[in-house]
Order: sequence, then C-alpha cells, then structure tokens
Amino acid sequence: MSSTDGQAFTEELTAEINALKDHYPDPHATVIPALILVQDAFGFVSDASLIRLGEILDLPPAELFGTMTFYTMFRREKEGKHHINVCKNLSCHLTGSRELRAHLETALGIEVGQTTEDGFFTLGEVECLGACTEAPVLEVDSEYYFRVTPDEADKILESYRQKAKALQADE
Amino acid sequence: MSDPNGERPVVSEKYLTARIDVENSASLATICKHGAYQTAERVLKQKQPAEVTQIVLDSGLRGRGGAGFPTGRKWTFMPKDFEGPRYLAVNADEGEPGTCKDRILMNEDPHLLLEGIILACYAISSEDAYVYIRGEYLESYRVLARAIAEAEAAGYLGTGIFGTDVTVRVHLHRGAGAYICGEETSLMESLEGYRGHPRPKPPFPAIAGLWQKPTAVNNVETICNLPSILEKGAEWYKSIGTAESPGNLLYQVSGHVNAPGVFELPLGVTARELIEEHSGGVWKQRKLKAFIPGGVSTGFLPAEMIDTPMDHGSLMKVGSMLGTGGLIVMDESTDIVEALEILTSFYRHETCGQCAPCREGCAWSHRIVKRILEGRGLPGDLDQLREIANLSDRGKTICVFPDAISAPVLSALKHFEEDFLAHINRPQHLPSEAAS
Repeated sequence: MSSTDGQAFTEELTAEINALKDHYPDPHATVIPALILVQDAFGFVSDASLIRLGEILDLPPAELFGTMTFYTMFRREKEGKHHINVCKNLSCHLTGSRELRAHLETALGIEVGQTTEDGFFTLGEVECLGACTEAPVLEVDSEYYFRVTPDEADKILESYRQKAKALQADE
Repeated sequence: MSDPNGERPVVSEKYLTARIDVENSASLATICKHGAYQTAERVLKQKQPAEVTQIVLDSGLRGRGGAGFPTGRKWTFMPKDFEGPRYLAVNADEGEPGTCKDRILMNEDPHLLLEGIILACYAISSEDAYVYIRGEYLESYRVLARAIAEAEAAGYLGTGIFGTDVTVRVHLHRGAGAYICGEETSLMESLEGYRGHPRPKPPFPAIAGLWQKPTAVNNVETICNLPSILEKGAEWYKSIGTAESPGNLLYQVSGHVNAPGVFELPLGVTARELIEEHSGGVWKQRKLKAFIPGGVSTGFLPAEMIDTPMDHGSLMKVGSMLGTGGLIVMDESTDIVEALEILTSFYRHETCGQCAPCREGCAWSHRIVKRILEGRGLPGDLDQLREIANLSDRGKTICVFPDAISAPVLSALKHFEEDFLAHINRPQHLPSEAAS
C-alpha cells in the first residue's frame, strides 16, 4: 500500500471530477482526466485515491490501477517537489543529452530515477518530448527548456532553489 | 525553389505559419485582425457540408500525421445516412521522435486549428470535436483552453455559431504519456478511458469509432490546412507542392545541423535543400552520414540519397516514407548501431504489449542491438534482427507498430551493415552470455 496521508479529496476536487462528465456521452471517458486532477492535487496517485476515485466514477479501483499504470506520466509514490526530465531520444542524443544527464547526476548527486535527499528534485529520463529542433530538451515539471548546455542546466536548477527560498522568506 | 523536373510552378507562400510571428497571436481579438474565422463564417453561411468535402477531396490534401491518407476520402467513408452523433477526433498526440510541428501550431496560432475544426466538423456533420493532446503538452493545453473560451464567448464555437444553426463544441482531452496513443484506434481507446490498446480494424473509425459512432481522426496540421483550402480553393492548393502531394508541409530539421528549425515549404523540396539551404548545413564542417526523413519510424537513409524529394511518392520509391516530415540529420561521426540502440529501446518501451510478435520482437531487437553495441554481438545477430523484423511486421499484428520498428532496423542493416560488423568483429569481443 502506498501512503494515504493527506489524500482526502476536497469538495472542489470532487466537483471538478464530476464536471468532467459534461464533456462526454459516456462518463468512463473521464478516467484519465480525473486521474490527472488527482495527481495534480497530491503529486501522486495513492491506493486510497484510487478507491475514492472509484467511488466517484463508479468503477473498481483495480481497473483504475490497470489503466493508470499503462501511462508513464502517473506516479504511484511521492517523489521530489520538482521533476527534472532529460529527453533521451535520437535528436536530443545527437546534440548532447547523455552529457547533460551525466552532468545533472553529478550536480544533484543522484542517478536517474532517484530523488535528492532534501526531496527537492527527482531526476528522470523521458522519451521524445516533441521539441526536437530545440534539442537537447530538458523538462522541469511541465516547463520545457531548450538547447540546454550543462552550464544552463546549473542555472535552471539554481532558479528553482532561489524561487523556493524567496517563497520561504515571504512566509 | 524550383520543381526538380521543371514541369510545374511551385508556389512558396506560407499559410500554416503565416501568423505565428504576430505579437499575441493566440489572442482572438488580435488574430481576427489577421482574418481568423472569416473563412469559417463564410463557408457555414454559403456552402453545404457536401461541398466542403468535395473541395477538400479536389484539393488532394493528404493527412499530415504520418500515413498520408487523403483527408477528403477519409471523410467520405463516414456513412451519410447514419442517425445519431458522429465525432471528430483531432490527433494532437504528437510523439513520433523527430516531430515537433503540431506543438508549434497549437501554441502559436490556436485559432487556426479551431477554425479548421469548425470546417471539418461542418463537413462531416459533427457537433463535437475532441482534441487529444499528449500529456506533456501542458502549454498547448492551456493556450487552446483559453482560445476555446474566447471563441465561445464570441459565438464562434458552441451552439448556433456565426448566427447559423450549426453547433460545434470543442473538448480538450489530455493524454498521460504513451506513444502508441497517436495510433488512431489507440487514441480512441485512451480517450474512452482505457489502456491505449489499438483496436482491430475493421471496423474502421469512420464506421465505428469513438463510442462506436462514425468518427474522423485527423492530425492537427491536417486540420490547419483547411481554412486556406476553403478560402482559396482546390486549384490554388494543387498549385503548391507536387501533383501527388500538394500543399505546404511543416518540415522539421533536427540533429547535426547548424540551424535546426521548423520550415513551412512546399512538398517535394529535397533533403539537400532542407539541410543545406534552410538548416545551415551539417554542423562542425562535417560530412553527412545518414538522415531519417520523417520521424524515426521512416528509417535511416544514406547520405547519397540527399537529393530525394521529400514527398510521399519519392520517399516510398527509396524504401522509406514521408511520415511526419521530421528530418533527423546525422554527421559522419555517428555510430548507426548506437542510434539504433536508442530507437529499439524506445519501441521496446512503447509497445502496448497486446500482440506477441510486437511485444517480444521489440524487446529482442533491442537486446540484440544492445549486445552488438557493447561488443557482445554474435555472428548470426544480423540475420536474427532481419528475421524478427519479418516475423512481426506487415499485417501480423493489430496495428502497424511493428512496421515502425522494422523500418529503422532493416534500413540500418541495409545501408550501414559495416557499422554493425565493426562492433561484432571488435578485437575485445567476448563470447556473449544470454542477452540482458
């Protein structure tokens, strides 16, 4: 079982999931958009969330589990606050994505698939992000960064740390 | 720009990306000053749906998602007397490595796509269009959501648009990361809320698609061609490109070139023009070794084929395909085995797993290429790779995914066998154990 902490659906989230049904002749089509809403709310999709979502959509949680695990963007466990993904497909490979990956692994002190000790970054590798003419491409959360050199990667990492510090200072 | 045979004039006028440099091009107020929605309004008020289909048929427009099927013909397969809803599914699940055009169209001129959707829906008598956007394209989703809201508020989308009795609702649907969902029946399965397993055909989507209703599945760039075709006519459209492949295409040049980019050019430009004139030539003053013409599923071509016109028929003649027009350039330093390891790893990861020849074939192709790359290749490995490709492709599975991996495998072996042999015959070669 994955963690269930803090995974109570708010009324707003439940309402948003129910509102998805207006778009389709069959409410089953809301499965993936609803899973996206859940993941956006909690950062991952826990067993508890699958059970709760199953109640809302009137579907067995096992079916939701089977569907979500087909798609690479869903996470079953809590990961880092920010997800860094290096594209590894051909155009990015030809323009230096492997060096970029190695640089990030050194800079963060982790390997692909791992999360930094402070829980701030998770490093991943992904297949083609659809920006091949801007290779090598880095994705942080849902933000794309183009033609990224190792130096620029450092600056990108730093910008996320600075943003977090500024937020902390505000609080 | 000149026609290679000197037979017909080739017009070079941008109509897909003409507005993307306009400041604030995603805003309705701005883009309406540049003519957005005027064609849709005129067509809905003056033409019958059948006339729209006829114009698109006459234009010769071919789908821009990779297969190149004539768009108008696809529409005519939908039953005319069907009572009940019919749907348009817009394929925005751009995922073929080397391809990055639909993202630009959606991000930079979303109202061009929406106007095209109105015209397509009108032609096929559909009141609901679903745009299936790959999950990674969050920006495209946000831009389109805002554009739809603006168009609805202006009365260009929704019920009774432009003061007519026509209804067109556009629904955005995000994917969640799966290459196979760009295959049209997989896309429909995914949209309906299931694992993206392709469906057996027949029935084809035109007969039984989304929710078993007649459905047209068209690519974003295809749809973006419609406003100009309806504005300027089939004859104008046919004056661009080649006789078999009319119109402009968004060519995307990536890899080892000085100035990679997306270029709107008439179909039939050669790979040489794209590489040397538009992308600044091969980088680092190196020589060209290989190129992939239209996304990785179209396979490798050797430098000698650089003068091949980049259109459907010409590329088919050299054993490849136009695909998505995503040209990947590789210089003389490239190890084709290494490139193929990346591609077979990709297909191994992305096979949906339904059909054994594909599921097992992709995995074994990758294992074998990987062991060759690592110096553990066996003398029979190249024949083994060929045999796997022949066991799985050409109609032996539910969808064409195995053909997509076979093309790079077979073309790499055909044109660059020496790269494989160099690894297999490496002096440090050790006897192979079972593959990883």
